Amino acid sequence: MSNTLMENPIAAQSAWPAWFTAEQAIALAEYEKSPTPTRKNEPWRFANLKPLDLSAFVEAKPVASEGRLINASAGLAETSAKLVLGNNTLLHRESSLPAGVIFETLETAATKHTDLFKKYFMAQPVELGSHKYAALHKARLAGGAFLFVPANTSVELPIEIFQWVEGANASVFPHTLIVCDENSSVTVVDYFKSADKLPAFACGVNDLHLAAGAKLTYVSVQDWSHETTAFHLNSTSVHRNATCTALIANFGGGFVRGESLSRLVGEGSRSEMFSINPVEGTREIDQRTLQDHVAPNATSDLLYLNALDDKSRTIFAGLIKVEPGARGTDAYQKVKNLILSDDADPNSMPGLEILNDEVRCSHGATNGPVSNEELFYMQARGIKRDAGRRLIVNGFFNSLLERIENKPLRAHLEQLLAKRLAIA
Amino acid sequence: MSLKIENLHANIGDREILKGLNLEIPKGEVHAIMGKNGSGKSTLAKVMAGHPDYEVSIGQVLLDGLNLFEMEEPDQRARTGLFVAFQYPMEVPGVTIANFIRAALQARLPEGEELDAVEYYHHLYEKMDMLKIDRKFTSRAVNEGFSGGEKKRCEILQMAMLNPVYAVLDETDSGLDIDALRIVSEGVNAMRGPERGLLVITHYQRLLDYIVPDVVHVMVDGRIVMSGDKTLAHKLEAEGYDWVEKEILQQA
Repeated sequence: MSNTLMENPIAAQSAWPAWFTAEQAIALAEYEKSPTPTRKNEPWRFANLKPLDLSAFVEAKPVASEGRLINASAGLAETSAKLVLGNNTLLHRESSLPAGVIFETLETAATKHTDLFKKYFMAQPVELGSHKYAALHKARLAGGAFLFVPANTSVELPIEIFQWVEGANASVFPHTLIVCDENSSVTVVDYFKSADKLPAFACGVNDLHLAAGAKLTYVSVQDWSHETTAFHLNSTSVHRNATCTALIANFGGGFVRGESLSRLVGEGSRSEMFSINPVEGTREIDQRTLQDHVAPNATSDLLYLNALDDKSRTIFAGLIKVEPGARGTDAYQKVKNLILSDDADPNSMPGLEILNDEVRCSHGATNGPVSNEELFYMQARGIKRDAGRRLIVNGFFNSLLERIENKPLRAHLEQLLAKRLAIA
Repeated sequence: MSLKIENLHANIGDREILKGLNLEIPKGEVHAIMGKNGSGKSTLAKVMAGHPDYEVSIGQVLLDGLNLFEMEEPDQRARTGLFVAFQYPMEVPGVTIANFIRAALQARLPEGEELDAVEYYHHLYEKMDMLKIDRKFTSRAVNEGFSGGEKKRCEILQMAMLNPVYAVLDETDSGLDIDALRIVSEGVNAMRGPERGLLVITHYQRLLDYIVPDVVHVMVDGRIVMSGDKTLAHKLEAEGYDWVEKEILQQA
């Protein structure tokens, strides 16, 4: 008989230190006592609540097709390290990282680098509605990736993390924790993939911490099966003169709830928050964001692109919050919806809360169809209507990928996108 | 074998713009249409290409005997062998020239057959070099932020790559300086031959010094009213269109 998601038969053999399993018990109690969200909660306005019934999901079994998943964990041609996890367990690790860089499973880090772990693990507040699911994540967390880049260290080639789910109704709790110390730089690509076209549940957290002068490019390629229910709770904290570029590509998932908090806590810090979301069928992408400007003279730039076909649905609710001390803030927030079908349902709720007068802020949401002129031009060259439409959607997203500075990474993402849109 | 336009009437909304146009371009010839602004020259190009804003009420266009208007979608007409170089080419953000032309060539291949990438780039660079287009342009978005001259060169590049049987060039000279005009004209002239018919639509005789036509037609108010050899273009340049209109009135 399957165990439900809330039971944890392998807890006894857990790789976590005892102090963490004790925290997990508290988190489980927190999850159970937290009410299930309703639409009356502001962060759940317009949300579809049906996917919050998690009763069908069960404990993930150990991965059966380990070799296949490791082989399929192929991304960039050149990387400096790779970690492959399947059903919450480490399957494969390779690394040629500079000395001092720590790239481990999360549970190893909890034991071997306890101070770092305790300082940064889920250290950011969960303010965007999924407090309950953050508690669930912590309670059931079994594995994940931990990266620490020491001060003044540049990791030239990107690091890749693959987090797989396998099996019908399996539950996974992916976790990526990245800590960039002062003046370090690194690029990380985090892939979330399904071994099969089956329903599954993913409840993930990723936290990015950038100390002064650090530079991080983080790309999430979310490619769960279209039958998957997924939560992705992301946070970023950026210190003085540090720059974080984070791109979330939601290629998969049937229902995806994404929450992204970016806190600009150091003067002159910069946070770029990008997302590309091709949605079709009855898929839903529900994204909530907060750009929290705490420090002065910081910049945040959010650009989310959705292309909606069939009866798909998106929600974007974003807030720029400028705290009283954050003079000289530059904050931008834009969501663009490319509407490919009359039945698609885009919902946009951009927002501002400005408690300091010396700021530059803009926000906006646009909805538009595929341009008939562009489509005609393509057809006039012999390109079939449907292929032309896909090219236009591809172009719509490519214009955002241009913001990724690392050329091999950009080319790789362009390839993944073209494949996703059935162009290549 | 020819591109034959028969009694073509077309309107945009309630306004009729083409009012019974007849024209035949035999394969192997270059014809020019000259006419004032508003005579319907660009409408003719767009109607043939299948622009959805225009409605054809009467008439047909036969491409080697195949009726273009029986092909509902513009892409079918293009794959049959028609190419229209537009006066104002559209911008397609985020789609690179290389991917755009590749998609157009791919669309001409049978289902399941893949374009050879190496051969494609070789061919593309060859044509770009001929048109003096920087190879860096392959990764630029189609027409986005291009100057007028760059857009026109990009149109001719597409024509050279797609190798149509009949091509209509709508005001390809507008926005070109004299050097660009020469380069574009060389590109067009390179495509002249017994296997192709070209229709050059222009406002000015200037272009026809570079692309010398076999036949020149004058268009007034949605119809071809006069045809002649290349000297007709010189006469129009020197004397304007008033005498043409007078002559028609006298005939009427």
